[in-house]
Amino acid sequence: MKEIVVISGKGGTGKTSITGCFAALAENAILADCDVDAADLHMLLAPEIISRTDFISGHEAVIREDDCTGCGICRKNCKFDAIDLTSEGKCRVNPFSCEGCMVCVEVCPEKAIDFPPNLCGEWYFSHTRFGPMVHARLGIAQENSGKLVSTVRREAAAKAEELKKDLLIVDGPPGIGCPVIASITGASLLVVVTEPTISGKHDMKRVLQLAKHFSVPALVIVNKWDINPEMTAEIEKESLLGGAHPIGRIPYDRAFTVAQINGRTLVEETTGAVVENIITIWEKVCRKLK
Amino acid sequence: MRIAVASGKGGTGKTTVAVAIAMAATEPVMYADCDVEEPNGSIFLKPEVYEIKKVLVDVPVIDEEKCTSCGKCARFCQFNALVSLGTPPLVFPELCHSCGGCAIVCPADAISWKGNSIGEISLGKADGGRVSVVQGKLDVGGVLAPPVIRQVKSHIPHDGLSVIDCPPGTSCPVIESIGEADYVLLVTEPTPFGLHDLKLAVETVRELGMPFAVVINRFDEGDLGVEDYCGEENILIMVKIPHRRAMAETYSRGGTLLDGIPEMREIFKDIPRIIERGIEEK
Ligand code: SF4
Ligand code: SF4
Ligand code: SF4
Ligand code: SF4
Repeated sequence: MKEIVVISGKGGTGKTSITGCFAALAENAILADCDVDAADLHMLLAPEIISRTDFISGHEAVIREDDCTGCGICRKNCKFDAIDLTSEGKCRVNPFSCEGCMVCVEVCPEKAIDFPPNLCGEWYFSHTRFGPMVHARLGIAQENSGKLVSTVRREAAAKAEELKKDLLIVDGPPGIGCPVIASITGASLLVVVTEPTISGKHDMKRVLQLAKHFSVPALVIVNKWDINPEMTAEIEKESLLGGAHPIGRIPYDRAFTVAQINGRTLVEETTGAVVENIITIWEKVCRKLK
Repeated sequence: MRIAVASGKGGTGKTTVAVAIAMAATEPVMYADCDVEEPNGSIFLKPEVYEIKKVLVDVPVIDEEKCTSCGKCARFCQFNALVSLGTPPLVFPELCHSCGGCAIVCPADAISWKGNSIGEISLGKADGGRVSVVQGKLDVGGVLAPPVIRQVKSHIPHDGLSVIDCPPGTSCPVIESIGEADYVLLVTEPTPFGLHDLKLAVETVRELGMPFAVVINRFDEGDLGVEDYCGEENILIMVKIPHRRAMAETYSRGGTLLDGIPEMREIFKDIPRIIERGIEEK
């Protein structure tokens, strides 16, 4: 099985809209939404959820106030300022700040701190009109989105095996941090969707460094290229320097927004040059995969 | 007053809005770029940087002379940053959260610390010195944004006006960035994606109990979903920014919103005052 991961560096470049088109054009593929912070692909693909699984990762400290003497040792040792003093002179963990390091549990002389597993979110296996899909939702203020991304990819790969799919298409997370690293390590091909702005160029360069670091081949698409043709040319030059092939330009087109409003992918919404262009790009992606 | 500018997803114009508030103000402003994976504020503010500092976090160093290879530290570490197979442990610094736990549990006093660089902070001045800029940047391949964000935050003054450009999303780094702000502006787009991500962001700031309002970017480009939602939920829409192709072109060259749509300057100048009044009334 081959795996394509679509990422963008900077958010809002149209990555999910383009992933949606790829999903519609691919044959015998399974889909995964690894943009777990802002999962939007389901709005185009309307998945019907077949099964849900809790995502548990790490632990969270919880102080039993009845057993706490308020000595403050935990608070002094917590490197994340996650323990507050209550008005009754006891200590309490702020779950938003706790990183689950277990130091307080270790140092509490009263053994007054519990350390239950942390429910961070949920992942789903679903059916869509373009094939099966694995997606997820991360709880608010949770860390470990990198681990959830790994979970989604692993489960999607297992399903691909089981259902005899030859291709996994992943809508990747934005940025260059932990979730992105988790989404690209070991992938067959990266498709970087960028836009012709200074920040688009800047972020694409950072993403390509990452691709190089993990030895994943990369292709670059410039979306809304006509907003700044000179910058588009510059980005394409930069991508070659960064070891990635520019494989297409997509003009600014309100049809992407209209398709999104109608809950469809662009290739279902309309016909003509803009769709032809995407089909050509998709064919280039497929050729690169071979 | 500290205004955090955030959004449920990237690319909605968060940096555009944060920069516009800083540039429209007439008083001194601190611009704090906490979007450490993609700090883009400087592209538009073009500060003169006068200082760059590495962000160092403590990671353990094992004294192999003292270490008895008991493996306690590795069993304790919640982040798999230490691996011991009957040997003195190997340290994986990029996984370490610097919690200090391994040294606490080590019975042989074999663990000391060294600084490991995970990113950098730069300090600069823009707009003739009126705008102070502090930017955090995570190293490529670095995974722990919160320590870099904490460093950026340590430069934000308590008095005067500060604008905090937050990372996108609703996960831990966002909470870290929003943390000490007095008010949050959530920037969104009038599309189904925008609305979906805005709802998550609203849930987050409500959970944190912070006052907030919404900014709709390119408001004439999509549908009315976001405005209807704000109406139903009684959420203040602070400002609606029109879509102009000229704006997109200006932006693509590193121009600000105020260059692209000059008539918005007055509105953005007023935002801090409107927020202040709103907070006082509460
Ligand atoms: S160390 Fe234990 S007893 Fe002391 S304040 Fe913390 S929780 Fe309470
Ligand atoms: S588990 Fe770690 S981060 Fe959480 S409260 Fe205890 S010491 Fe602090
Ligand atoms: S400091 Fe904490 S996270 Fe780092 S290696 Fe030691 S126990 Fe693990
Ligand atoms: S706990 Fe101390 S003595 Fe034991 S393996 Fe770790 S460093 Fe060595």
